Amino acid sequence: MSWEFIMTYLPLYQAAAVLTVKIGFAGIALSILVGLGCMLVQYERIPLLRVIVGAYIEVSRNTPLLIQLFFIYYGLPKIGISTDAATCGVFGLAFLGGSYMAEAFRSGIESVAPIQEESAYSLGLNRFQTMRYVILPQAFSMSVPSFMANVIFLLKETSVFSAISLMDLMFTAKDLIGLYAKTTESLFLLVVFYLLILLPVSLLGSLLERRVRYAGFGA
Amino acid sequence: MPDLGLSVLLKGKNLARLLGGLGVALKISLISIAISLPLGIILGALMTWKNPVCRAILRCYLEIIRIMPQLVLLFLVYFGTTRAFGWNLSGELSAVIVFTLWGTAEMADLVRGALVSIPLHQYESAAALGLTRRQTYQYVILPQTARRLLPLSINLITRMIKTTSLVVMIGVVEVLKVAQQIIEANRTSSPNAAFGIYLVVFLLYFLACWPISLLARYLEEKWR
Repeated sequence: MSWEFIMTYLPLYQAAAVLTVKIGFAGIALSILVGLGCMLVQYERIPLLRVIVGAYIEVSRNTPLLIQLFFIYYGLPKIGISTDAATCGVFGLAFLGGSYMAEAFRSGIESVAPIQEESAYSLGLNRFQTMRYVILPQAFSMSVPSFMANVIFLLKETSVFSAISLMDLMFTAKDLIGLYAKTTESLFLLVVFYLLILLPVSLLGSLLERRVRYAGFGA
Repeated sequence: MPDLGLSVLLKGKNLARLLGGLGVALKISLISIAISLPLGIILGALMTWKNPVCRAILRCYLEIIRIMPQLVLLFLVYFGTTRAFGWNLSGELSAVIVFTLWGTAEMADLVRGALVSIPLHQYESAAALGLTRRQTYQYVILPQTARRLLPLSINLITRMIKTTSLVVMIGVVEVLKVAQQIIEANRTSSPNAAFGIYLVVFLLYFLACWPISLLARYLEEKWR
């Protein structure tokens, strides 16, 4: 293990980690929006749109991110839709994550017993109030575990971005292995930086799960 | 309308080669699945033991494997261990090793979750009825566990098939690599083939995983 090498190339990894985190969180934020939209369409049973959302969820959940990225990045430009690598990464992650988030939110909403909604109506709350004060708070705490699992899953999936020539952590590691044959050092830095990104999120997840576990009623 | 790759696909043996590439990917995932499901069941059962040392070791294994992206694990085995120990691993073999390690960890966690979710009163009622330890497991606990476990493990199979697409990054010639070769070889005659070929690869993966997901959902709803 050569510490000199590690200190020299630390900044390279830092830049790559920042890129990974930026694209990762942009993609996750977008996939939360997509997921909320899909969940609403399915919950409100909007005709036509519901079928499209259903098909989207099936397709996105049953194909790997790597193949989705290849299709978006190398396939779509051939019919005139071209994106740069970073945008493609964000959209690819949102395409994959949207369906996972939608499923997490949907199972959260479904776990709220129908009697909750009925009781809210009989107390004179209107539709919006029922959603805002009765359904969503319970659904939220029910979907936190799968939501956090999805966030970690999506952050891990960012590792394939090097395939569309984004200079992320994997790209940097592979580059350094190829250039200097310092395999041990390059991989050591790779693992350390992924741990630095993933461990805090994982810990935050278990903390949040304990914090919001108050809705144990009405099941 | 320019050619979007359909004619390239039907030219010569291109489609057969693409399917052969998918076969390589599926073979890697099936071997890993076949090894990791039984191993995971054993480890998962061990994790419910009260022995703290055994539990701590398994817990560490599980957390370390699950926090790392699978691609990082592939790099560690393919580039890292070959360097550190001086042995020679083919891309396929490293992929099988990594996916077996990962699949075992995921499966063990599912088994542990399913076993823990059986309420204590099931054991107590079985004991009160005079069933022996073996009978309790055979007639009461295992049937219930299996019902909870089966849909989840079928889902794990689709996840493992999807993850196998990563092996292209350590130089294994599977469906994505074959697709690249086909596109490259026909670059001059049909420059837009990338659209059609990648779309077909996309659909192939979908067709491989979708029926399995449907089966999992069917079982889940049937046994709810």
